[in-house]
Order: sequence, then C-alpha cells, then structure tokens
Amino acid sequence: MYIFNQRELNYMQPDALILELQSKNLKAFEQIYNLYSENIFGVIFAIVQHEKISEEILQDVFIKVWNNAEKYSPTKGRFFTWLLNIARNAAIDEIRSKSFKKSNQNYNASFYVDILEEKSSFSSKIDAIGIKKYINTLKPFCKKIIDLLYFKGFTQKEASEKLEIPLGTVKTQNRNCLNSLREILIEK
Amino acid sequence: MNLNEYIESGLLELYVCGALSPEESIEISKKLHEHPEIKSEVEQIESALQYLGTAVAPYNPEELLDSIKQKLKNMDHSIPVIVAKPKRTTNWTAYIGWAACIILAIGLLALFQKNHSLRTELRAVAIKNVQIEQEIENVRKSSEKTKQLLGILRDYDLTRVPLKGQKIAPDVFVNILWDQKENRAFIDAKDLPEPPPGKVYQVWSLTLDPLTPTSIGLLDQFEEDENKIFVLNNPNNSEAFGITLEPAGGSTSPTMEQLYVLGAVEAKS
Repeated sequence: MYIFNQRELNYMQPDALILELQSKNLKAFEQIYNLYSENIFGVIFAIVQHEKISEEILQDVFIKVWNNAEKYSPTKGRFFTWLLNIARNAAIDEIRSKSFKKSNQNYNASFYVDILEEKSSFSSKIDAIGIKKYINTLKPFCKKIIDLLYFKGFTQKEASEKLEIPLGTVKTQNRNCLNSLREILIEK
Repeated sequence: MNLNEYIESGLLELYVCGALSPEESIEISKKLHEHPEIKSEVEQIESALQYLGTAVAPYNPEELLDSIKQKLKNMDHSIPVIVAKPKRTTNWTAYIGWAACIILAIGLLALFQKNHSLRTELRAVAIKNVQIEQEIENVRKSSEKTKQLLGILRDYDLTRVPLKGQKIAPDVFVNILWDQKENRAFIDAKDLPEPPPGKVYQVWSLTLDPLTPTSIGLLDQFEEDENKIFVLNNPNNSEAFGITLEPAGGSTSPTMEQLYVLGAVEAKS
C-alpha cells in the first residue's frame, strides 16, 4: 500500500494525482484516499460524533469523489477545500435527518477540543497527546473560531454573527489562531 | 495590497476553510498560480488543518477503502453487461446457413411429394384416356352400324312387316324390314322386354298353308345391343313372322304359349 510522506502532505497539493483521478484511475483514487481519508474522517466525526455513522458518511463522500471528480477545478479552489465541503455537507445533512435525530436524542454538538479530550485511542500517524497538550494552550476564542470555520463550515459572515465580532476581525483572528497552531506543528 | 499584506490579511485561511464566496475563491486561486509565495502559504495552512482533522479522527479508516472499492465495482458492473450483449450477433451466418438448409430440405420434400402425386394422377389420366378411347371406339362403331342401317333403309326396297303383341305381351310391337333381294331381315326389337336368364328370343318365318314355321335365328346378346336391331338371313318365301321366347340355344319348333309377336306379310301389289 502506498504510504504518503509527510513532506508531500505538508507542502503540496498532488495535482498529477488529481488529474489521474479525474480520468478514473483507481490507483490514483486509492492514493487520494490514503492522503485525505483520516483528516476528512476527523472532520466528519467532529460533526456527527458517532463512529459507525461517520464511517458510512466517509464511504459516501469518497464514492461521490470518484463519481464527481471531473467537477473539481483548480481555478475554483483547493482540492482539499472541495473535499472538505462535500464531507461537511454530508455530515450536516446527516445530523439534520430524521433518522439521526431519532437515534441520537442526546446529541449535543461539541468542540473538536472536547473530542480530543475524550479520545482514548490515538491515531497512528500523529501524536494526539502532543497536539492535545498544545491545543489546550490555544486561547478559548481560537478554539471556538477554528471549530466554526473549519469543522462546522461556517462562512465568514455566519461566524461574525455567531461570535458577535466584525467581519474583518474574524479574518484576522482566525489567521492569528491558525498561526499559533502552525507554530505548535513546526515545533514537533 | 502587496504580497505580504495579502498573506497576513487572513483571507488565505478562510479560502482553505471554504468560508469565502465562489468569486473570492476564484480570485485567490488565480493569485495562487501567479505567486509561489501565496501557494506555499496556502499549502502550509492546509497542512495544519489536515493535521488537526487527523488528530480528531477516532482511528484511521484505512480498512474502509476495500468496502468503497467494492461499491464502486458494483456500480461499474452495471455498464459492461449492456456492452456484452451484441456478441450474439456474430453467429448470423451460421443461422442463415441452417435456415437455408431447412428451407431447401422442405422444398425438396415438397417437390418429391408433388412429383409423386403428379405421377399417380398421370397414371389415372392414362387409364381414363384408354377408357375414353374405348368409349369413342364403341360410339364410332355404333355410329357406323347406325349409318349402315340408315343406308340400308334408304337404299333398298324393303318390305315392312309389323308384328303385333300377342296374349303374353299385348302392348309389344316389333317391326321387321325384309330385304327380299338380299334375303335379309332386319328385326327392330326395341319394344321387346329383356329375356329372363336362360331364355332367348327366336324368330320364325311362317308359311300359312299349311302353317309351317322355319327358324331364321336367335336374337343373341339381346341386352348388349343398344339399337336392338338384329340382322338375320331369311331365304324363305315367308308369309308371316313370329317371335317366341325359347330356352337358350333355341328350339326346332316354336313354343306357341310363348309367342310374343306375330304379323303377316302383306301381299305385294
């Protein structure tokens, strides 16, 4: 099985791989899956907070990626952002569905930070204990703004209304908070 | 806005999060291709967010890939099934060949049957032909005989002797035409009933004083002669004629009880 290297993940969008995917190359699809499945799975799980349902959604998302790959265009945005939108929409559709509301009556949307706190088993690829420790050093405001903009898929305007701060402030604060996160990662 | 200000604005973070409008995203995508610094910054933001996502994932979902690939395969399988069907058409020549063979066999069989029935019909027609020829021959002969009789009736000076029915058959009437030159007598026996089996009509020439009967012959094969005109030799100086029914082969003297007709020759003027 192809194992991506950290450098590739850190510094580039695999453009050639995306082109191969768009011409229905199954090997390219497998590599795309290996590159993005775990972090997309994290985003889905942050929204639905149910492992089996998250698995179902993840499968649907990647089937959609295979079927609709040609709809992605680099002139519109990042491939990761395209993937993120598909995943968040699918997860949000699920928590709004009747069947989800019925079987998860005590569902209570929580921060990714809470999820990190509750985690007992950790992903093989990253040191979750380390990241948890550093994330805890983020300001509560940062945890919240990252949760809304990244995990919950709020637009800039929606986030400004939710946090009751001006539009421009959302932009700059989010930048500052993510910079803190990047510093933690560079240190590691 | 210079590059640095652009990078520091916070727009790129929102771009990666997908929090911008489509128009804003398209604009940044364009800039990203023009400026490697912007691209590099975007890639670092992306990497940080991916790291965060991975940290939140409860486990690595790598086993799900097989299940996804299976689902994709099942979806793809629905396509080649349709493509596979046209292969059936390749055997057309064989089918046409077999069809031609069967049609030919049926045709030959039909011809054979037809030939056979035509032969049978031909044979029947041939037989009928012979029968018709025979009939024509019979008619021709009968017609010739009639012509001959007519000729005789026209050409000769005949003595007509009407014979009247006697006690045993009062309604019967027989004509005898006597050719005295040729000593022949034509007996027109149309009125006589058919003789019972084992019996035959016998014709007698009579002289009256004394009454002497002389047999001039039998009306042989009475029933077969259609005209019922019989020619008998009569060299006698007959004064009268009579016909009796006698046992087959005839008698030497007439059986008077079986006298059917009798008539006298009128004296010549």
